[in-house]
Amino acid sequence: MDLILETLGLAASAELLSLNPPGWGGNLLRGLANSLQIAFGAFGFGLLIGLFGASGKLYGGVVIRDLLAIYTTVIRAVPELVLILILYYVGTDLINKASQMLGYGRVEISGVVAGIWVLGIVQGAYATEVLRGAIKAVPQGQIEAARAFGMPPFMLMRRVTIPAMMSYATPGLANLWLIATKDTALLAIVGFSELTLETRQAAASTRAYFTFFLAAGALYLIVTLFSGAVFARIEKWARRGQPSLRGAHK
Amino acid sequence: MAMSEPAASDTQSDGDDAEAIRVEDLHKSFGSLEVLKGVSLTAHKGDVVAIIGGSGSGKSTFLRCINFLETPSSGRIVVNGEEIQMRADGSPVNRRQIERVRTRLGMVFQAFNLWTHRTLLENVIEVPVHVLKVPKDRAIKRAKELLERVGLGDRGDTFPSFLSGGQQQRAAIARALAVDPSVMLFDEPTSALDPELVGEVLTVIRDLAAEGRTMLLVTHEMKFAREVATHVVYLFEGRIEEQGPPAELFGNPKSARLKQFLKTVG
Ligand SMILES: Nc1ncnc2c1ncn2[C@@H]1O[C@H](COP(=O)(O)OP(=O)(O)O)[C@@H](O)[C@H]1O
Ligand SMILES: [Mg+2]
Repeated sequence: MDLILETLGLAASAELLSLNPPGWGGNLLRGLANSLQIAFGAFGFGLLIGLFGASGKLYGGVVIRDLLAIYTTVIRAVPELVLILILYYVGTDLINKASQMLGYGRVEISGVVAGIWVLGIVQGAYATEVLRGAIKAVPQGQIEAARAFGMPPFMLMRRVTIPAMMSYATPGLANLWLIATKDTALLAIVGFSELTLETRQAAASTRAYFTFFLAAGALYLIVTLFSGAVFARIEKWARRGQPSLRGAHK
Repeated sequence: MAMSEPAASDTQSDGDDAEAIRVEDLHKSFGSLEVLKGVSLTAHKGDVVAIIGGSGSGKSTFLRCINFLETPSSGRIVVNGEEIQMRADGSPVNRRQIERVRTRLGMVFQAFNLWTHRTLLENVIEVPVHVLKVPKDRAIKRAKELLERVGLGDRGDTFPSFLSGGQQQRAAIARALAVDPSVMLFDEPTSALDPELVGEVLTVIRDLAAEGRTMLLVTHEMKFAREVATHVVYLFEGRIEEQGPPAELFGNPKSARLKQFLKTVG
């Protein structure tokens, strides 16, 4: 093993990427773990916002619909980097003000929680639109049948609308998840030690830019490939009961 | 304005003439378009009321107002002796009452409307288990009997999209039977089917009629209506133009419009 690395001239890189100090591999993996944690939380939080947002847009009153329209329009119009700066500083500032008013003094806000809240709000705007489209794609007759048999609204949502819309929503949600994993990199700007920031620090300290950015790229790629496999399974499950499209268009 | 109490004499031979459903002076407008202009109709237990009429005459709207899939504009609806509480504008006073009454009305749609992400068995147990809170094992046992009865005993694990229209409609009938409805509402149950599949669905409905199920049946199958109905109602532009026992209505129609209609549908 060592011999192969030696002959390929990669021994130095392997040493730099080693998991134990003085190698920086451990830092990169910690950064990745932080990134994934935030991506996961933000995606989940965004999904929750999206579910309420889509229901509000479809079934809500005028005020709710208008408020949601402002939310999705503004979030989708402003560049994410700007949003992150605004939401992060405004958010932490508001929390600190509130806490000071209640006499608690400044609170230390965990980077993970801040990241989840900031990215979650961004994700929520997109998820609202993905889910709204998916709910609208559910054949009206299936919802009507549930109503005709006396299903109350919340049960109808849980038992019919959500499962039936899943097959329409998964492709869009898979995209959102991948965007969430990559958007974590934007949190570097507020000093959160996710994968990209860790990579930059490692690269700057060692001057081995190529090695570290290649390594980080490989990590992002692995996450994407793995996510792709997981979502393929989810989509297959969500499409249960629907004949395969292959052949239908021949 | 239409008469009420049409079907009383038809069921007295059963010795069971309790009222299953009564609709009085039902009006329904969509915006400025008045689709139902005062329709009254009573069905007693065991009655099979066939509702016929041209396209757009308000047949579907009438059925859909009965279970409040459409909100009536005014009128009275009494199911099994329980009157649905309406405000002056026809909107329901109590959502829970509507939901409870709906579980007593098994509806069968023209387009089947099975839940495509659930197997046939899951479709049939869905309402008993989740809405009526029947224990799951009992619901499954009953669902299997019902699927057997409509000739789908071996298809419980199949998803609807993999079946023919006739099979899907029979499964939809099993789903409606699973709530043990007081009244079944059929809205053109065979109109979306290929001609060769109509017969198998009519056979199932004929069986239900024979066992004394109460039903309101909107249909374009005149021969079938004549054969299974205890009472026939002819709707024209939101009013009952003529009604009576099938032999009379089909054999000796009085209204010129009905005569014309029967000529066009063959
Ligand atoms: N949701 C609706 N909004 C507006 N008009 C409707 C609606 N549903 C039905 N209509 C109108 O009401 C009339 C009666 O429709 P319908 O009850 O479906 O007739 P039928 O079932 O006898 O063919 C038609 O003119 C139809 O266009
Ligand atoms: Mg119709």
